[in-house]
Amino acid sequence: MDTTVTTGTEENVWGGGNQPLGASYGKLMMWFFLVSDALTFSGFLAAYGFSRFKFIETWPIADEVFTHVPFFHGNYPMYYVAFMTFILIMSSVTMVLAVDAGHKLQKTKVVWYMFLTIIGGAIFVGSQAWEWATFIKGDFGALETKGGRVLQFVSADSGDRLALRDFAETLQEDRVDHEKKNGIWYYKGDALPSYSLNEVVEGVKSNPNVLIRTELLNEDGHKTVLTRDETLKKLNDATLVVEGANLVRNEYGSRLFADFFFFITGFHGFHVFSGVIINCIIFFNVILGTYERRGHYEMVEKVGLYWHFVDLVWVFVFTFFYLV
Amino acid sequence: MAHEHKLEIFRGLLKFKSNTQKIWGVLIFLTLVTIVEVALGILKPAALTHSHFLGMKVLNWIFIILTLVKAYYIAWDFMHLRDEKSSLRRAIVWTPIFLVAYLIFILLFEADYIYHVYSDGFVKWNF
Repeated sequence: MDTTVTTGTEENVWGGGNQPLGASYGKLMMWFFLVSDALTFSGFLAAYGFSRFKFIETWPIADEVFTHVPFFHGNYPMYYVAFMTFILIMSSVTMVLAVDAGHKLQKTKVVWYMFLTIIGGAIFVGSQAWEWATFIKGDFGALETKGGRVLQFVSADSGDRLALRDFAETLQEDRVDHEKKNGIWYYKGDALPSYSLNEVVEGVKSNPNVLIRTELLNEDGHKTVLTRDETLKKLNDATLVVEGANLVRNEYGSRLFADFFFFITGFHGFHVFSGVIINCIIFFNVILGTYERRGHYEMVEKVGLYWHFVDLVWVFVFTFFYLV
Repeated sequence: MAHEHKLEIFRGLLKFKSNTQKIWGVLIFLTLVTIVEVALGILKPAALTHSHFLGMKVLNWIFIILTLVKAYYIAWDFMHLRDEKSSLRRAIVWTPIFLVAYLIFILLFEADYIYHVYSDGFVKWNF
């Protein structure tokens, strides 16, 4: 069996020089780091699971949040995230091919495969930035109640989601957006939403077609839609207009949902970003012939491990954040 | 670096001629699994969302198992754990699995308890 330690010569086991795990120092240290990093990500994902089980009946449905594809209008749940997943797996493949070419000391092949890996990583980071922007900007808008719950709107005829702009009234009100650049005594002020609370409330009252959808999930896993009477009654609890997402509140539902989205995908995106930087450094080293002179391409293998790890983490984030 | 590559996947069911070929084979497999996941995520078959196993929807169990399958092939073939010594492989794999399984176990039980405190208790939070 290959687990037994043999050094070939009959030397003292503790005398040094043998490699019981058959891996170099650098590779072992990379694995040490990856195992500890895996535990960090597991901590994030387990905390996400904790919060989700805690609010199991009111958690937002990811399918309804991530429905956008760049340059296309409409409702395409999951397609873009699936595309991102594929890009990352693909760049993982080009990375293994680079490592494989490195074993055979084929410099030009390593250069090209590393280049493709970097491109794939850049596309992924760009996609994630776009997804963050879409998530922060929001789509439909919602109201927040005194208890911090989110009320969304649907059309009574079709059951489709309604955006605030579809029904809000325009009232003659004094709404001043306090900005630092025009205020002499400016301390701070929240940015105004597109519609005031009053305009939204009046809009719901004058449009019999508008119903409120609460956070509560029903038997079929859909959000509960209130009747018209309940809708009008529920309006009294509203205190704020929420558009998009930040770390305090978001229009999608539970506040923790956006917080975990930012922290988990942000931490992962930071890993991808640093992976691209490290890949670039190695890429230039390969071009300069550093590893050619060294006689082996183990550095490519080590950054390869990191790059695959980033892919591995994404597989889990994809499942727990977007699918489950 | 003369590395020995083990070129079999699926317990020897599929044997590749070269390492490069194996990489493409694994890519095809991972892509298929992802397509199945996304298709299930969009369709959400009622048979799978309405049946439960250990308190969780069967569909979610399928997602988690498929994820672990993908993770296995990424670690074994892309991170070439398959070619490492089994002692290194076990040290890398079982340490996090043990710790994470324990963490998930205690956190999810605690979360379920808090859920019941919220839903059966006398403090109103959903207003």
